[in-house]
Amino acid sequence: MSHSVELAGIGMTFGTTRAVSDVTFKVREGEFFSILGPSGCGKTTILRMIAGFIEPTEGRVLIGGRDMKGLGPNQRPTAMIFQSLALFPLMTVWENIAFGLEARGVGKAERRAKAEELLRLIALEGYGNRMPGELSGGQRQRVAIARALAVEPGVLLLDEPLSALDLKLRQHMRAELRALQKRTGVTFIYITHDQSEALAMSDRVAVMSAGLLQQVATPRELYDNPATPFVARFVGETNALAGRITEVAGGQARIETALGALTGRAGQGAAAGQAGTIYIRPEALMPGGATNSLTAKVERVDFEGAFALVHGAFADGAALAASVPSTRLGDAPAPGAEARFGFQPEHAVVLGDG
Amino acid sequence: MGDLYRRFGPGLSTIFVALVLVWLAGMVLAPNLMMIDYALRPNLPPAAIGGPTDTYSLANIAYLAGEATHRTIFLKTIWASALVALTTFLVCYPIAFWMAQRATVGQLSVVLLLIIIPFFINEVLRTLAWFIILAYRGPLNAVLMNLGIIEAPIRWQGDGGVLAAMVYAYILFMLLPIYNAIESLEKAQIEAARDLGASPWRIHTRVVIPHAKAGIATGFVFTFMLAAGSYVAPALLGAPGSRWFTEIIYNWFFEGGDWNRGAAYALVLLVLCLAVVLVTLKIARVNLADVAK
Repeated sequence: MSHSVELAGIGMTFGTTRAVSDVTFKVREGEFFSILGPSGCGKTTILRMIAGFIEPTEGRVLIGGRDMKGLGPNQRPTAMIFQSLALFPLMTVWENIAFGLEARGVGKAERRAKAEELLRLIALEGYGNRMPGELSGGQRQRVAIARALAVEPGVLLLDEPLSALDLKLRQHMRAELRALQKRTGVTFIYITHDQSEALAMSDRVAVMSAGLLQQVATPRELYDNPATPFVARFVGETNALAGRITEVAGGQARIETALGALTGRAGQGAAAGQAGTIYIRPEALMPGGATNSLTAKVERVDFEGAFALVHGAFADGAALAASVPSTRLGDAPAPGAEARFGFQPEHAVVLGDG
Repeated sequence: MGDLYRRFGPGLSTIFVALVLVWLAGMVLAPNLMMIDYALRPNLPPAAIGGPTDTYSLANIAYLAGEATHRTIFLKTIWASALVALTTFLVCYPIAFWMAQRATVGQLSVVLLLIIIPFFINEVLRTLAWFIILAYRGPLNAVLMNLGIIEAPIRWQGDGGVLAAMVYAYILFMLLPIYNAIESLEKAQIEAARDLGASPWRIHTRVVIPHAKAGIATGFVFTFMLAAGSYVAPALLGAPGSRWFTEIIYNWFFEGGDWNRGAAYALVLLVLCLAVVLVTLKIARVNLADVAK
């Protein structure tokens, strides 16, 4: 049985609250797939529908092509890693890991052997007889993963499992999760509100907002070609200048803004005569620059070593964020001064509003 | 103690501490010491008290050991109290679990209210209610006969009636500790166990009950002690064949006129109850401080 996960038009309504509306996407087998969105966007609801804790009010969940309707969490080929991890505090580490096997009636010797094997996989050999409370945050994290992997799930569902860790450990665990996923070949569906986490780990990312699916794409595509204004603003930083689109030709769009006419790639909904917005990434804005020239008032320059982050405001009030390489810092403006910036058309995207 | 003094100052704190000490000495220590004193002396006419025959001995306790009927009633009281505790647990656990993990806030307040309201009424009156319900020509028999379940009325009074009344009377003492314990169990633990394929039975035996162990042990201890020391329920609902040990003690005091023997019997009951409590806590690996919470 393959372990692709397909959501076909699923929706969820709690009482009068619409948590998820008409979401359709397909996760390929063996993929590291993230669902990214701000809190309350419905991503946890989607995960719980895949796990089988709740049934969608509309649509279907298919795993390996099989409709999961009516199957409980214990009957689906999924295992979930909870935000709180939910390790059993009164069982030893190895009993925790082997709990799923115990539930399947596997004998004690075999359970112990399997637990040891998984402890090796997560590099916690010799920790089997400890209690979860005696482990550090990162170790507990790994035990939770081993516990889920012990039942050999086809799909691992992770509900923001790194959110409780400090930044350094979180970055380390990202790499570890990614490596573990490649080694086991299990389909990972990962929920997060942290866009850098989603971009760094995933093969593909689904972006959600207010219960609606915004875009499903690779991290690179999401960043370079946001499909909606929400994605453009939510994923990465951006400079957004609103205006009216005057011309769309040859994959490029020309937009008349308060700061003059600018050209970028034509994105979704970009049509001549429409209201639109041009989105320019901070690293695309260069001091000086002849094409697509803009003026802005610089308020603050944060030097970060490789880059200097320039903050300020454009003439129409929109916020300026530019990330200038140190090597070009010679041209960078001083705080309080007016400065000119430019960008290449291929580094900006024009989207229709609405 | 230091905290108490810092907060209320020396004058008020000394009064508090003195009041507690007076309470402990007068209401707990003195009666128990007097009971021990009575238990170890023979029952003598007033003229002989303080005389050469008024010596300490274990004769009153030995009398209980030698008296077959009293011994049987004593042992029966112990196991029947354990049965009351177990039955109360079986009734309370599902309710407590539902209240702690499944009920909505609205449902919870309604159910709590329904369970607590009867406790506004005196225990004697609540037992009397059971006396009426279970009477030979009472409503329960009438309903069962009308439904055609039984043909002739059943005499409920006796062991069954005592058990029913006691389970009802002590339900709160079992329910609340278990509810508190289960309430603190994170919902994700149950979901995780379910997700890993555990059956409901395994979820309860491996996850919920171990977590709620302290609460369950507390409930057992409360219920057992209350049942073993109960007088009203066996007196009202018992039959001659279901006498409770407290009734024997009562008889020694108020009918036999032998306070010494009555005190000896009470002492034995107290010691045995304490032993049962300590063993239960030991088995559950709970200490008395947890129970007090």
